Amino acid sequence: MRFQLTEDQRALREGVRELLTRRFGPQALRVAVEEPGRLDRALWRELGAAGFFALRLPEERGGVGLGLPEAVLAFEEAGRALLPGPLVATHLAAGGVPGAADGEAVVADVGGSGLVEWLAEADVVRGEAAGAVPLRSVDPLTPLHRAPEGAGVDPAAVLLTAAEQLGSATRVCELAAQHARTREQFGRPIGAFQAVQHLCAEMLVRTETARAAVYAAAVTADPADVDTARLLADEAAARGARDCLQVHGGMGFTWEFEVHLHLKRTWVRTHRTGSATDSEERMAAELLAEPA
Amino acid sequence: MDLTYTPEEEEFRARLREWLAKVLPTLPPKPSPDDWPARRAYDLGWQRMLHDAGYGDVHWGASPTVRLIFLEETEKAGAPYVGAGFVGLLHAGPTIAAEGTAGQRERWLPPILRGEEVWCQGFSEPDAGSDLAALRTRARRDGDDYVVSGSKIWTSHAEVADWCELLVRTDPDAPKHRGITWLAMPMDAPGITVRPLKTLAGSAEFAEVFLDEVRVPVANRVGEENDGWRVTMVTLSFERGTAFVGEVVACRRVLRELAAEARGNGRWDDPVLRRRLGRLNAEFRALWRLTQWNVSEAEAVGGVPGVGGSVFKLRYSHARQELYDTAADVLGPASLDLDRPWMLDRLSSLSYTIAAGTSQIQRNIVAERILGLPKGR
Ligand SMILES: Cc1cc2nc3c(=O)[nH]c(=O)nc-3n(C[C@H](O)[C@H](O)[C@H](O)COP(=O)(O)OP(=O)(O)OC[C@H]3O[C@@H](n4cnc5c(N)ncnc54)[C@H](O)[C@@H]3O)c2cc1C
Repeated sequence: MRFQLTEDQRALREGVRELLTRRFGPQALRVAVEEPGRLDRALWRELGAAGFFALRLPEERGGVGLGLPEAVLAFEEAGRALLPGPLVATHLAAGGVPGAADGEAVVADVGGSGLVEWLAEADVVRGEAAGAVPLRSVDPLTPLHRAPEGAGVDPAAVLLTAAEQLGSATRVCELAAQHARTREQFGRPIGAFQAVQHLCAEMLVRTETARAAVYAAAVTADPADVDTARLLADEAAARGARDCLQVHGGMGFTWEFEVHLHLKRTWVRTHRTGSATDSEERMAAELLAEPA
Repeated sequence: MDLTYTPEEEEFRARLREWLAKVLPTLPPKPSPDDWPARRAYDLGWQRMLHDAGYGDVHWGASPTVRLIFLEETEKAGAPYVGAGFVGLLHAGPTIAAEGTAGQRERWLPPILRGEEVWCQGFSEPDAGSDLAALRTRARRDGDDYVVSGSKIWTSHAEVADWCELLVRTDPDAPKHRGITWLAMPMDAPGITVRPLKTLAGSAEFAEVFLDEVRVPVANRVGEENDGWRVTMVTLSFERGTAFVGEVVACRRVLRELAAEARGNGRWDDPVLRRRLGRLNAEFRALWRLTQWNVSEAEAVGGVPGVGGSVFKLRYSHARQELYDTAADVLGPASLDLDRPWMLDRLSSLSYTIAAGTSQIQRNIVAERILGLPKGR
């Protein structure tokens, strides 16, 4: 058992991070927020060219031929960067919907709760979106429609969403620690106060526990591992964003500071693949099943 | 990332499983939790069987992965826990193996492995718990001996121990983390008084130890004089890093039992309780994955567990308390009956956020050593 990232996996993660820092850094994030509802098609194609959508498509079908663990690492980076767009839907459509694999097409899915992200910008919508009505989305970077009925949920969608949550959780923990090291009050960095230290420590503990769960689910693809990953990653991301906001004080409550974008995106992702209680119920039922 | 085991590891697992299936039915019944001499004999007997079968040194002689497999399989099979062997096998032993001289290893390790000697841990003092470096128990040099006076507290298994890993202050004028020395003290030396303390669970798990001019040979010093703090950090990294690993498997079994109990008594129909059980299932599954992650990491960096152990300990100790609180909710009013399963465990689990470093201290460690926050106040 060597449950650590391989050299190749580290390189892949670095590569995605580098691309996203270059193409979707803090400045681009700002611009995107000022132009809500518009997807950067050039970036979408660049992601396609880099293999983001075709990552798991076999090489003989024009894909990169990698597996779920690699996809999870890429989506973690996307979550960390707050990259907008129906990333999971388009990734899952690669190989099935023409143009999805290379980022020529934007694909939206009717999610488990009947929510459709990026419906108006989508070239292709999978699932029954007739009669969908627009919502005033809480997340400025995710336009939402509500369809009359939800669709079935692909476990890969659950896991990749959990990976994005993990990325968010990691990022907000870093932001909080960074701020706690530098912001001074009462003549010392606020990170010297235990109340702040302990908030940050719990963020890290939730994040690292979620990381182990998400990576393990990527390796096993076991349904119970996937539900575990989802529950832990949702918790790490949503609570982490709140704690990060708290650590930033008044600054945390401003539109300028990115934490609210993480929190809001986290909420959207929490509902993307059906309700968390479904996952809890499945995990409960699993306890009554014969152990493997 | 890989969660499959190598053929050698799988072979180890298969061999161990087969052996456990053969020997476990031959074990005598477990002694009463209050009868410490009987518990000592039982725990040592088990260690002796492990040793004779070639598994005696698995806690520190084997790779972290092999050790993980050992803990997983023994727990799954319902084998005895290390019990009274805890300190010897899980921290004094590894510390002596890492820091002791050849002679010290020769003298102390084989009896631990053969299940002949029990160790206890004399670190905490009445005024030095979380602030361990504030310890005051004095040792002054007299010829070939240290003469030790002071007192220790919360010393688990002291009543039945042969040896104590003892922290003493050898230089009272040095800054507090310096001037500490790590000694192996024979528990039958004159001047030692052990007074058992009753825990909130009603048993005598730990004790006060009074030391009045106790002579400990200088040859029993592990590491240099006044270098005991560094040696202690080695000990504690073992304690926090891997000592709780096997229990995660036990918690996952308890969860299954709880689900079955809830199904039987109708509580399963309560969706709130059911989902809480579901969430705990996810929690312990994740903790098991975190264990595998930490073990793999330890293996990658050469065996000594890192601060990741604090992350695990923090999350696990709270999850374990939540588990037994949920057990109480499954049982309802029957949870007030200490003869019901899990209810004594519920009481003992209260110590998990205190022993081996409180949750507050673990959070300080995570904040300062992992997140790089300034030293706290
Ligand atoms: C079941 C059990 C078995 C044990 N076995 C052993 C043993 O075998 N050998 C041994 O040496 N010791 C043993 N211990 C002792 C254990 O290590 C100590 O109890 C523990 O380290 C806490 O120290 P304390 O009890 O002095 O509490 P204190 O240090 O007095 O702490 C009291 C409270 O103050 C908080 N606190 C203290 N300092 C800080 C700080 N800097 N920041 C924030 N909060 C703080 C603590 O978190 C705690 O909530 C055992 C304890 C238990 C419960």
